[in-house]
Parts: sequence; structure tokens; C-alpha cells
Amino acid sequence: MSATMTMKERLAIGRVRMTELDAVVRSRNFEEVNRGLSREEAECEANRCIQCTHRPCVDGCPVGVSIPEFLERLAAGDLAGSARILTGDNALPAVCGRVCPQETQCEARCVRGVKGEPVAIGYLERFVADWAMAHADELGRPQLPASTGRRVAVVGCGPAGLTAAGELARRGHGVTIFEALHDTGGVLRYGIPEFRLPKEIIDREVARLLELGVAVECNVVIGKTLTIAQLKSAFDALFVANGAGLPMMLNIPGENLKGVYSANEYLTRVNLMGAGRDSQSTTPILLGRNVAVIGGGNTAMDCVRTARRLGAERAMIVYRRSEAEMPARVEEIKHAKEEGVEFLVLNAPLEIVGDGEGWASFLRCQRMELGPPDDSGRRRPVPVEGAEYDLPADVVVNAVGTRANPLLTATAPDLDLNRWGNIESDERGATSIPGVYAGGDIVRGGSTVILAMGDGKRAAAAIHDYLTGGGAA
Amino acid sequence: MFEVIGNDILAPNLHRLTVRAPRVAAARRAGQFVMVRSAAGEERIPLTIGDADPAAGTITLYVQAIGASTRRIVAVPAGGALRDVAGPLGLPTHIANWGRVACIGGGVGTAVLYPLARALAEAGNEVTTIIGGRSAQYIILKDELAAFSRELLITTEDGSLGRKGFVTHALDDLITDPKLRPGAVFAVGPVPMMRAVAEQTRPHGIETVVSLNPIMIDGTGMCGGCRVVVGGVSRFACVDGPEFDGHQVDFANLTDRLSTYRKIEAEHACRLAGKETV
Repeated sequence: MSATMTMKERLAIGRVRMTELDAVVRSRNFEEVNRGLSREEAECEANRCIQCTHRPCVDGCPVGVSIPEFLERLAAGDLAGSARILTGDNALPAVCGRVCPQETQCEARCVRGVKGEPVAIGYLERFVADWAMAHADELGRPQLPASTGRRVAVVGCGPAGLTAAGELARRGHGVTIFEALHDTGGVLRYGIPEFRLPKEIIDREVARLLELGVAVECNVVIGKTLTIAQLKSAFDALFVANGAGLPMMLNIPGENLKGVYSANEYLTRVNLMGAGRDSQSTTPILLGRNVAVIGGGNTAMDCVRTARRLGAERAMIVYRRSEAEMPARVEEIKHAKEEGVEFLVLNAPLEIVGDGEGWASFLRCQRMELGPPDDSGRRRPVPVEGAEYDLPADVVVNAVGTRANPLLTATAPDLDLNRWGNIESDERGATSIPGVYAGGDIVRGGSTVILAMGDGKRAAAAIHDYLTGGGAA
Repeated sequence: MFEVIGNDILAPNLHRLTVRAPRVAAARRAGQFVMVRSAAGEERIPLTIGDADPAAGTITLYVQAIGASTRRIVAVPAGGALRDVAGPLGLPTHIANWGRVACIGGGVGTAVLYPLARALAEAGNEVTTIIGGRSAQYIILKDELAAFSRELLITTEDGSLGRKGFVTHALDDLITDPKLRPGAVFAVGPVPMMRAVAEQTRPHGIETVVSLNPIMIDGTGMCGGCRVVVGGVSRFACVDGPEFDGHQVDFANLTDRLSTYRKIEAEHACRLAGKETV
């Protein structure tokens, strides 16, 4: 089909629309919002790619997926061929197809976007990845090279760790992932809600890694159960990707009232422990009637949409800048609004006011207006004199960000850190300790799944060079 | 999976579990804890490591069955297994030589106190141990504690063993006698007990260490649910504690935060009870 299509015909195709669960229905359950494309929709969308020679989309991808190639195979109806290209480049394509900010990466560079809308690369990645999962038998197992006899320890089973593990296993190295929590996936499982990334997807991506011979040991807290020094003596190289798991506090009065959560606690209770969404779970969560989520990033959107699904009458985003400055993906903001989330922008939290019995009752807010740009280039919010008011809120979730967790780094004195406690590493992930590499949020601070995966991929290549004596270690 | 080697009942609803967890046993120091789930779907709860045998690869956990999760943990028989045991977490007890120290345990807190008191004795301190409970059947580990204590004092609320009254009565005798006055006090037990001890030692300026057990989820500093106010500042019990200066702890806030899910848990217990009778 694709080979016979003229350029004019390709250009005439409009961008596919993602089918979504009805907003009223979905705002009361945890089912995945985006339903995925049909095969016909996917093949048609793939034909929108004009196979331009300079391939800017690939440069926009932190893991360098061969996008035109997998789209070309998809357009030709060769799903197995497309899947082999995609899964060869990306260790977690079904995850990326769901949570990557394509609109600022591959799709932002797409030449079709210059005049019109870019190819829906993210939707197509998801389609091919899901097809590959459902047709694993047809694809066959990847051929692994002979074992090198070298062993690598990966600290953290999140996106960076999983990616590095897959890349290293494919090069014949023995890999063991150590995970502090009782289950795999890291932030993919405890942070990202079911309605954006079903847990089943994580389970299946991890299962694929296990087929490559990767071992995962949960309940091992590096820095506590075992130290970096112990791992160094038992393994030939290390990749540290233990995330940025330490919430930043608001440092406003009332933060220790009952009903005040960090985003990490709120999401972990619901996502990892199943509170409020799984009838078998014994972990409790407070179901707020008026839930105020402080922050404007993707984590804030995840929290506020979760609150809505837990039955909140009012689920509110409280953000001190305007919507234009929000770091959250446009799609997340759109979905949240459709689900009835209120956006109280240009509002800064001043204090959480209790009800006299220790429960959060109001969020005292200061109305703001935009002043001149600050260091980040965004217009700085400044208080509107005398404009304070109390917003009813029995649950308040702090989603302003996380910092580096010092649990591991505190027990590894040779590991150089920056002033925020993040591990210092070069562009290939090498740290101040030979043979120890690092990536993801422990290096970057709070960042994205795909940048963490890019770190994992680059560090795996560097570790391979280190172990085999090739290239600069 | 972490095999349960032994499960003994020490007092009503109080079990001693011996669990195979070689890495935890090797790394653990006095004062540290583990996060435990008996099975999938269960809550993660923190349990202080009572003792460890690195050679055998085992740890000892003292568990008081007071809620749904703890009841299911103590229901695992010898030969069974706990699905998850992660640790050792938290900072170890700061052990130094104060000369004379008083170690005070209340209820299941006595089990948490035991390794700490022993470490203090091994560091050369003269240890006076005070343990209290509602009645004689709740007094645990008295022989084990007596083995290294200069003196072991027991108080019970009903007078069925030792002195009738509270641990604070026994502590009062030590504080007011210059020959017995401790250089430091370690208190582990119910929040009202630790608070009372801290208030008692405060006017005398005696350093007082308490071991806190707030609500916890991950135990690694990730969520901040276990935050306690110490000296006016929020600290995370899982990574900054669990032991803190008792004179600095905001016990009122701790008590309040511990009650966060009481209503939900009571409703849950009612539902379970209802199910069982059907």
C-alpha cells in the first residue's frame, strides 16, 4: 500500500485521533484513558510519514529509536518487522508510547509539523509495542550472544535501570537488578497511575527482560541491606539508578496536619499499594471531598486525576504561575480538565488551616499576578496585595517536586555529588568511582521516564566498553 | 520469600518471629527496623529488629497483633514465609558510654529496648532497666534483660508483678537519688509513656532518647508519611530516626498523626468481622 502512495496522497491524510474513554465514566474509575489505535488507523497514520532523508525525529528521541524505519514497516503492513526494529532500539516501547512527551521530542521535530500536524509517532509506538506484546510468539525470542562471563549490578528497577539491564543482557553480560521496594518498575509502578500506564504493561515489559536472563531481586535497599562497596566486590560494574525519591516540603504552617500528603505518599498508596482502587488492598487512604493538589507538573496532574477517581467532589490544581507556565504535558492538562478538575492558577499556598482536631480543613491561598520574567525565563508570579482567601480542602497533596534521596549516596563516600546531592557523572554516566555508572533522576533530579531511559542506554554502552576494553571507559 | 523459622507467643497477642533474612541479619545494628508484608495486597509495616544471628542468617521480630496487618503476620506459622522483608532501615542507635543509663520499656516496646539496652551494657554502661505493662502476663524478656542489667525493675498497673504503678514511678526513684541518677535515659513504648518519661527527665536535663513508630509506607525516605516534628522541624522517622531526642519531639502531633486511619481501620475491621459471621 505504502509503496504505491504518492507524496500528495500522504500529505492529504489528516492526523489520527486517539480514542479515549468517556470523561464522565473514566473520572470515576482507574481504566486506561487512551484506548489505542486500530490496525487500520495505525497503518494509515504511518503513511503520513514522508520518509524524509534528514530524519529529525530520531534526533529528538532520547533513546534514538529508528522512527522512519519502524513506521515504514508498519505502513507496509509488516508488523513483525516494525516490532523488531522498535523493540531493538527501545527497551520499554509500550511504556514510552504512553508516557513520553512526544510533543516536545520526536513529534516536535517532525517535518509534517511545520505545516500542519506531526505524525502521531507516540500513538504508533504504542500500537506496535502492544502488538509485539500480544504476538510475542510470532516474533520469537531475541538471539542472545554468548555470555561474556561479566556481571553487572543495576541499582533500581525503574526506567533507567530496566533499560540498562536490557541493553547489557543483549550484549551477553549477566545482570542483576536490586530494587528497594517489593515490586518492580520503580516510578512506573509507584508514581504513574493505572489510568495512564496499566500495571500489566510494566509486568509484561519486565517479563521480557527476565527472558533475556536478567535477574531481579526486590526488597534489597542499597546503602542499607548491601553497600556500594559490597556490590563493587561482587560485580564487575555497577549502574546506579535509584531515583529521586525524597519529597520537597512546602515549609508552610499546617504541613503536618492529617490529610496532608506528599505526592509520593499519595501516589504510592494508590498505585503501588492499591489503596482505594483494589478491593484486596489493606492499605488505607483518605478520600477527600475537596482535594487541593499543589503544583503544575505531570505528577500534580496524576495526583489530582487520582483524587477525582477516588471520589473527590472538587479536585483542584493550585498553581502559583499561569497555565502557560505549567510544566505538565498538554494532554495531561486536557484530560484533567475533561474529567472535571478545577485549575486554580496564579494561587500560591500560604498555610494549611486545621479544623481544631488536627485535620486539614482549608488551604489559605494568596492570589498572584505575573510580573517580569525570572531566571528561568518564565514570568515571575508576584502577590496581589491583600488578596488572600481560604479554599476548602480536607486533603492537600504537595506535588512541588522531589530531591535526591541520600540513602545510598550517604554510604558511598567516594561517590562525588553535586550541591543538591545528585550523583556527578559524565555524559556516558561514568561517576567518580571507576566501574560505577549512574543515570536517571539520581543524576538529573526530577526528570522524565524517557531521559532516564536514555541515560540507561548510554551507560550500558559505556559499561560494555569498560568491561570489554573497547572505547573510552 | 522469607522463611519463618519460629513463631512463639510471649504474651497475649505478642509473638516472637524468627525469620530467615541473611542479608538483613548481616547488616543490622541495634535500633534498626525492617519493612514487612506478610503477603501480596498487604500493607507495608515497620517492625524493629529485636535481635539478629548473622551466622544463622536470621533476625528476630517482636510483633504485637493489634491491626489487620500485624494479625496476619503473627498468623504465619513456623515453616511458612513472609513475602517481603526489607532492611535494615533507619539509623542505628547512637551507643556511647554515659556511665549510668536507664532503659525503659513498655509493652512490646520492651522487645525494641532489648537490643539497645544490651548494646549499651556492652559499651560499658551500668544499665538499670525498667519494664512496665498492664499486668504480669504482658511483662516480657525479663530474664534476658536481667542478664546484663545492674538492676531490673518491673511495674504493672494492677500490681500483679513488681511494683504497682507506672514505669515513671520507678524512674522517679532513680532520678531523685544522686547515687543512682542516670546520665541518659532510653525509653521505648507507647507514645504516652515516652512522653511522660521525657517530661520527667526534662527539668533534670537528663538526655532522653525515644524510639518512634509513626505510620510508614516505604521506609526509605521516599514518601515523608512518617514525618515527625523534632525541635520544630519535620524529620522523617524512617531515615533520620527512628530514635530522637525525647525533649525535642512534638508528641501531640505524633499522637494525632498516628490516629489518621483509625476510623477507616475500624470500619475495615467491622467489615471483616461481618464477613466471618456470614
